[in-house]
Amino acid sequence: MTNVKTGTQAVKEGFARMVKHGVIMDVTTGKQARLAEKAGAVAVMALHMVPADIRAVGGVARMPDPKAVKEIMRAVTIPVMAKCRIGHFAEAQVLESLGVDMIDESEVLTPADEESHVDKRKFKVPFVCGARDLGEALRRIDEGAAMIRTKGEAGTGNIVEAVRHMKLINKQINELMRLKRNDAMMAERAKIYRVPLALVQKVAELGRLPVVNFAAGGIATPADASLMMQLGADGVFVGSGIFKSKNPEKFARAIVEATRHYDDPRVVAKACEGLGDAMKGKDVRTLAGHERMQERGR
Amino acid sequence: MKTMRIGVLALQGDVEEHLAMLKKCGATAARNVGRGGSTEEVEAVRVKHVKDVEAVDALIIPGGESTTIAKLMWASGIAEEVKKRAGEGMPVWGTCAGLVLLAKKGDEQVKKTGQKLLELMDFEVGRNAFGRQKESFEAELDVGGIKKFPAVFIRAPAIAKVWGDCKVLARFDGKIVAAEQGNFLATAFHPELSEDARVHEYFLGKIGRQEKKR
Repeated sequence: MTNVKTGTQAVKEGFARMVKHGVIMDVTTGKQARLAEKAGAVAVMALHMVPADIRAVGGVARMPDPKAVKEIMRAVTIPVMAKCRIGHFAEAQVLESLGVDMIDESEVLTPADEESHVDKRKFKVPFVCGARDLGEALRRIDEGAAMIRTKGEAGTGNIVEAVRHMKLINKQINELMRLKRNDAMMAERAKIYRVPLALVQKVAELGRLPVVNFAAGGIATPADASLMMQLGADGVFVGSGIFKSKNPEKFARAIVEATRHYDDPRVVAKACEGLGDAMKGKDVRTLAGHERMQERGR
Repeated sequence: MKTMRIGVLALQGDVEEHLAMLKKCGATAARNVGRGGSTEEVEAVRVKHVKDVEAVDALIIPGGESTTIAKLMWASGIAEEVKKRAGEGMPVWGTCAGLVLLAKKGDEQVKKTGQKLLELMDFEVGRNAFGRQKESFEAELDVGGIKKFPAVFIRAPAIAKVWGDCKVLARFDGKIVAAEQGNFLATAFHPELSEDARVHEYFLGKIGRQEKKR
């Protein structure tokens, strides 16, 4: 076939556009993946342990066992994503060779490189990366990320950090829109964010990130999902929130419902009703510096 | 001046990309007024509830996860309403996941997930016929009368076979990737991800035809 191009930026970013308004759920087994698919997840994220367990167990967190990834890929027809360590391009190569549909270069795992992220343009598979502010988001996009998510603080079941990150990104985008016609200020922003001027200009023009932006890191209830969608998220990732709750199946369905009808409090109320206990969660202020996953990879 | 209201099913998927493309069509239509072109305004709206289906002249089912969209469509009662309106002649276009939902018959993958289809067009669909995301691609296609259309395929389905009144509009690599049956249109690729509005304009043309028939 002539003129067929795979792995282009349009194809990578297009993939992310197809999961919009959806919920992506963390899973560790094929059985969990099937439950997620049945509940209406748009994709699943394969990992070795959910973030809450990674916190509890400690040690070095790495990419999942390829055997588990393959099992999850066989179990469902929806897209399968998997996490690799920040900067660990060999893990990314392994995941790409397995055929996962997207790679999350994630701060939830122990970073492999404290200076550089993976050069994502070298891959055919698209990447999603976490960000706490506009600078981080744009640096990841400049490295080739096809999708951004807030970092939040994974495995805490506490929404406070995801809210902080989403609001900060929104505020910084609004600032760029106001500065749009001021060439000197725009150039300065590009310098502060350490990205090309053209990228900063594009954000000012669009009034949003040029790629899909999900919320992640602390979503534990349907109301959390609604909150993040109302703050402008294109969709949500739920990590420990589902399989660390009392009733994963009910929680999964309820979060899908609340994400879809995030702007209708009556639907969100119904989704919240009689769910049983959400994951216990953690006060983020009690975390020591080294326990804060969001500080990893800037 | 008359307004055409085009609905985009907004349950999940790339809704905003279709809305933006329709806005572009609207701007073109507005420019053509007085030059012998259509004098109708194009208004693009989101369809989230059953009552929204009643209020539109045509419906686009966007790309996304067909399992998720199907689930939400049937659970909300939107599916029945779309089938009813489609039976009365409302034009419906499905892109990618939307194509899957328009099919009369599904393959093993569709059966495996127990996904319920709208069964509006006489074809059998194969989900993810081109493979997983790393095999997703861009290519130029001839679609019916539209030459060299920049088509973006994402984990795309393909039509295994058509029958009855269903007409093939485009093939790629031996697979059927676009089809038409009266007021229904199905594309395995995503015209909403390109900068080219020709397929959207083609679909809008069906609204006029439907009214002439009446």
